[in-house]
Amino acid sequence: MTDTSAITASPAATPVSALGRGGDAVASGIQAQFQLHYPDFSLDVTLDLPGRGVTVLHGPSGCGKTTVLRCIAGLTRAPRGALTVNGQVWQSASQFVPTHQRALGYVFQDAALFAHLTVQRNLEYGLSRVAPAARRVAFEPVVELLGLGPLLARLPQGLSGGERQRVAIARALLTSPELLLMDEPLAALDVARKQEILPYLERLHDTLDIPVVYISHAPDEVARLADYLVLLQHGRVVAAGPLTQTLARIDLPLPQGEDAGVVLQAVVDARDAQWHLARVAFDGGSLWVRDTGHPVGQRVRVRILARDVSIALAYNADTSIQNCLQARVDATATDYHPALALVRLEVGASPLLARLTWRSAHALGLQPGMPVWLQIKAVALIG
Amino acid sequence: MSPDLIAIALTIKLAGITTVLLLLVATPLAWWLARSRSRLRTVVAAVVTLPLVLPPAVLGFYLLVLMGPQGAVGQLTQALGLGLLPFTFAGLVVASVLYSMPFAVQPLQQAFAALGNAPLEAAATLRATPRDTFLSVVLPLARPGFVSAAVLAFAHTVGEFGVVLMIGGNIPGKTQVLSMAIYNHVEALEYANAHWLAGGMLCFSFVVLLVLYGRGWSRQP
Repeated sequence: MTDTSAITASPAATPVSALGRGGDAVASGIQAQFQLHYPDFSLDVTLDLPGRGVTVLHGPSGCGKTTVLRCIAGLTRAPRGALTVNGQVWQSASQFVPTHQRALGYVFQDAALFAHLTVQRNLEYGLSRVAPAARRVAFEPVVELLGLGPLLARLPQGLSGGERQRVAIARALLTSPELLLMDEPLAALDVARKQEILPYLERLHDTLDIPVVYISHAPDEVARLADYLVLLQHGRVVAAGPLTQTLARIDLPLPQGEDAGVVLQAVVDARDAQWHLARVAFDGGSLWVRDTGHPVGQRVRVRILARDVSIALAYNADTSIQNCLQARVDATATDYHPALALVRLEVGASPLLARLTWRSAHALGLQPGMPVWLQIKAVALIG
Repeated sequence: MSPDLIAIALTIKLAGITTVLLLLVATPLAWWLARSRSRLRTVVAAVVTLPLVLPPAVLGFYLLVLMGPQGAVGQLTQALGLGLLPFTFAGLVVASVLYSMPFAVQPLQQAFAALGNAPLEAAATLRATPRDTFLSVVLPLARPGFVSAAVLAFAHTVGEFGVVLMIGGNIPGKTQVLSMAIYNHVEALEYANAHWLAGGMLCFSFVVLLVLYGRGWSRQP
C-alpha cells in the first residue's frame, strides 16, 4: 500500500486541491469546463477534480460521460472550453493543445490495439514516442503488473477481450501519462473477464501515482475503484465529491435503486480464527466480516447497501445479527418508490444509509438528531 | 529487337511510371475523399470516377485538344519550353495517369474509410503526430488497398487502347504500345503474331487477378 490510499482515506473536509504532488499545492488537480451543443444532446459541465486517485464519472448511458473524457483528451473539441491539468493549460480561449502533445493515456472501450503490430510493438508504440528523459514508467514493471509476459509475441486478433484491455492499459501507462483516462474498459467484457481485470486495476490504483478519470456505469466498479465520484445526467453534473460522502447523499435526482448504499474506508484490525471472521475498523466503529485472508493492518473498503441496514430504537442482544452500531439520524428522503424511505445516518464520522418503509419510519418516530441502533445484515468487503 | 518486343518494353515502362505517379497522386486524394466532410467531396469524387464511364476516345479527344497547340495545357507546356505533349511518351504518361486514376483512388479510398477513426485516435493518444500516424499506422493497415491500387492501375494502363490511339498515335519505339501492336498485326492479317501478343495479355491479366484474389490466403496464419 502506498500513499495513494492514504489520500483516499483522508477526511472529506480536506480540500482536495491541497493534496498536490511534491508540494505543488496551487497547481494541482483538473479544472475543466466544456460546452457542446448537438441537435439531440447538449453538454455543459464544470469540473474540479482531484489531481490524485481515481475519479469515476458515473451516470446512465447517453449522459455525456464519454464526451467529457474525449474533451479532456482533445479528441472532441468543445468550441468554448477550458482545461487545466495539474497546472498545465491544455485548452483555453486562445489555446488548444492537440491530443498528441498532451501527456495523457487513454484506454478505449474496445482497446483499439493496432492490428498490424504484436503486443510488444503495441506497447512500444507510445513508449518510443516519449523522450527518454520524460519516461517515468518502465517496460518490465508494467508488463509484470498486468501479467503480459506470455502475450508479448502475439498479435491482437489472437487475444481475448480481457487480454486486449490489459494490453491497452499497459500501452497507455507506458507513455508515462500525467493523467490516465479510461472509458469503461470493462464494459465489453463478461463477468468472468471483469473479475480478471479488476484486481489489476486495483493494483494500478494502489501502486501508481497517476490521477485517473474512469468512466463506469457499473456500481460495483464505482465501489471498488473510485476515490472521487462525479454523477452525470443529461450532460450536466448532478453531484461531485469524495466517494463516501457522494454515495451517502439522499438529495439527488438520480436514484441508485437497489444499489443505494455507502462505501467506507476501513482497516482490518483483528481476525478470529475460530469463526473465520475478520474485524474491520472504520471512522466511527467496527464491523465483523467474513475473513477473506487480508492481514491485520490491511486497508480495505467495505460496502454496505441501504437495504441491508435496519433500524431499532434500543439495543437488542437477542438477534442473529452480529453487527449492531449506534448511530444518529441525519435526514430522510423518499426512495425510488413512494412506500420507501431512505434514511441517512451518522456513525461517528461516517455516513450510512438505511432503507425502510415510511410506515416503519413513522412507527419509530424517526427525527433528525435522534440516536438509534443499526442492525447490519450484510457487509461486503471489496479489495 | 523485334518491334513486338519494343512495344512490350514500352508498355511495361509506361505502366510502371504511371503506377508510381498514380500512387503519389491518388494517396492524398483518396485520403481526402475518405475523410473530408467538405461539400466539394462529391464533385471531386465524380470527376475522379469519370474515366470509368467515359468512352476512352472521348477522354483522349479532350486531352488532345487541351494539350494541342491551341489548348490551355499545350500553351503552358510550350511557354515552359517543354514543347507539345501529344504523340510523345510524356503525353502518354499524362493521359494514362488520368485514365487509370479511378482504379488507384477507389481501392485506397475504401481502405482508408475502412480504417475508421479508432486507430488514428489511439495513435494520437500515444503521442504520434498526424504525419507519424499516417506512416506508422495508416500505411501498414491500408497495405492491401495499396497493393490493389498498384496492381489495378498497372494492369489497366497495360490494356489501354482508345486514349493511346488519340494521344500517342502509333509511333514504333515511342508511343506504340502492346495494344497498338496487336491492332497493327490484325490490320495486316498477321494473326499468328497477334495471337502471341493477345495470348500473352490474356495470361498476364489472369495472373494479375489470381494474385489479387489469392493475396488474402498468404496472410492467414
